[in-house]
Amino acid sequence: MVAVRVENLTKRFRDETALDKVTFKVEDGEFFVLLGRPGAGKTTTLRTIAGLEKPDEGEIYIKDQLVNDVLPSERNIAMIFQNLALYPSWTVYDNMAFTMKIHKVPKEEINQRIHEVAKTLGIDYLLDRTPATLSGGERQRVAIGRALVRRPSVFLMDEPLGPLDALLRLNMRTELKRLKAELGQAIIYSTPDQLEAMSMADHLAVIHKGVIKQIDDPETIYNKPKNRYVASMIGSPAMNFLEGTFEATDTESYLNCSTFKVNLTKFKEPIERGSTSSELTFGIRPEHIKVNHEKISPDSFEANVIMEEPLGSETILHLNINKELVKAIVPPTFQTKYGEKLWIDFDMNRMHVLDAKTEKVII
Amino acid sequence: MQTSGKRLHLEKIQEEMHGKSLRIEKLRKEFGSLVAVKDLTLEVKSGEFVSLLGPSGCGKSTTLNMIAGLLEPTSGKIFVGDQDITEISPIQRNVGLVFQNYAVFNNMTVYENLAFGLRVRKMSNDQIKTEVNKIAETLELSDILAMKAGKLRLDELQRTALGRSMITKPAFFLLDEPLSNLDAGLRSQMRVELKRIQRELKQTILYVTHDQVEAMSMADRIAVMSQGELQQYGSRDELYSNPSNRFVANFIGSLSMNFIDCALIEKDNRTLLDATDFQIDVTKLAYVIKKNVSNSELIMGIRPEDVEVNTQRKTEDSIQSEVYITEPIGPKTVVTLSIGNTKIKSMVPETFHTKIGEKLWTNFNIDKLHIFDKKSEKAIF
Repeated sequence: MVAVRVENLTKRFRDETALDKVTFKVEDGEFFVLLGRPGAGKTTTLRTIAGLEKPDEGEIYIKDQLVNDVLPSERNIAMIFQNLALYPSWTVYDNMAFTMKIHKVPKEEINQRIHEVAKTLGIDYLLDRTPATLSGGERQRVAIGRALVRRPSVFLMDEPLGPLDALLRLNMRTELKRLKAELGQAIIYSTPDQLEAMSMADHLAVIHKGVIKQIDDPETIYNKPKNRYVASMIGSPAMNFLEGTFEATDTESYLNCSTFKVNLTKFKEPIERGSTSSELTFGIRPEHIKVNHEKISPDSFEANVIMEEPLGSETILHLNINKELVKAIVPPTFQTKYGEKLWIDFDMNRMHVLDAKTEKVII
Repeated sequence: MQTSGKRLHLEKIQEEMHGKSLRIEKLRKEFGSLVAVKDLTLEVKSGEFVSLLGPSGCGKSTTLNMIAGLLEPTSGKIFVGDQDITEISPIQRNVGLVFQNYAVFNNMTVYENLAFGLRVRKMSNDQIKTEVNKIAETLELSDILAMKAGKLRLDELQRTALGRSMITKPAFFLLDEPLSNLDAGLRSQMRVELKRIQRELKQTILYVTHDQVEAMSMADRIAVMSQGELQQYGSRDELYSNPSNRFVANFIGSLSMNFIDCALIEKDNRTLLDATDFQIDVTKLAYVIKKNVSNSELIMGIRPEDVEVNTQRKTEDSIQSEVYITEPIGPKTVVTLSIGNTKIKSMVPETFHTKIGEKLWTNFNIDKLHIFDKKSEKAIF
């Protein structure tokens, strides 16, 4: 069943369009991530679904019911913010019981629900403590627990792991994803962190300046980005983009990047069909560039090492091909140094060709 | 011609701005009963890029502020080259400071911002012009000298802040999380820029950050701090491959190391690390381990990339495990495995497909195994 559906959601703040015809649907049990930079419209989308903002246009459906005119408190939604908003002087138990008391749930049932949820989240031993005495991760789980006991149809989470330090965030990411696998509810989750989005989402929507640029599962977003923005948002380090002109003869086609040429003969037909001009952008992820000390194929390019960034499990090489800078990922065992001449090959099965003007991905 | 001209001129700057070495000895800072920095000793060689790395509150900024002269140490000494500067005023220390919030005047042009430090020193206009043009070329600011700083992109602003500091030819630089305001893409770009500039000008840099990726990617050596104490000081390879304690092992690496409580036992002539839920045969390392182990309470540590998973049993030592959760992160997938009640993270290629609940066989790469004493948390192997 569809848990949330938004159609053509548009929101303006004075002259500024914060959301522009945002449309998506989220199924029950789905982990849906809104990925975007600060100011992209993630929070506005969540707040509009929650009923904290009124859309200028468009419809919001929760469980197939149009809720545009339904009060926030009647939407059966739980929202978890970056700032967890726990009452510091109350016990974990009282924090969790609060909304149920307001909704006049019988005491017995409150007690039962809290213990059930606390057990699932592994916080049953914390019920008598106050949030002030808990670690960041524990507090996070309490905030989730407080939302869970209400049995909402949908969870809205606005960068909930933002303030945690890197290691805790990593653990919470795993826990949250596992929790989702055990829950039946839909989760709509916003984050500026592509790694978080990729690792948790069933589907993710890349949003930029209030416009959704693509909605797909993480694998498709990574392998088949539809446009330059999505291609550049996903992956770390980001995809390399090289600008050039498409030149075709009867037998061979090239992308001419002024100082070097990429052979695109195999792709002539789709490129000619999909491009609006001969101005193209070649896109290749750092992990899809092979780096060798010797020339291994006729298509190998010479490149110089500008900088090595050893990150432990892999090393990022910054390379210079005739003044064009590219980044490549090599194994940590790869030995090289500043200024060394190396040979690189692009994995032509993984590369992309984009229309330089429309920024659409052709291949 | 142009390149050789640029190189010549770089050599000249290098000569003039030759980085001095920096040495701190038993530096200590107490705030009431709190010891923020505990007898820290550290040397940054001339022309070296050293990163002071640690979580917030570890004492790294306090250390930096003492070196800059903004805080008075409780005890200890600070040397620049051979000179003791502990008692010298901040201005006379000749330190280049760059902070998180750039001290750039928004309503002044890039040129005036760069010239500022020289005007204060009452240098002649002609001389200032020469100096500003030189620094602008190195920092690739020549084309935007006439622009107001308030109109600059973040990376240009960052380079302007750096240039303002560099132009006064400090003996060494102190940088306090200078990139943390930038978004991920720009930060990566600025890392490369900063490293290039430092390399070209052979500057001495002490760079404070809480981000291990920043430290790993730029620094020649990294000093890891926790709770006011130096945990380890070494190259990135040393820190990654031979962490001296659990803290360093946990802090370095973008996916943290797996830690599992265990004990050393003997069984059927074999030496095993017994982790209750599973055992690891370490017979071939038994001699070295036993030599160093005095305590039976141990923690084994293994990085996710050193945990191999297969759908088939690969060796006798393969451990049966179940997929707890998978997290695809582009070219790699992080698989969290349950072995009994123990959770282990493993890094597998994107081509490896699996799902929650699937049974997999796990192998630890014994050569990459770390062993820590549970009490002291020091690495013993």
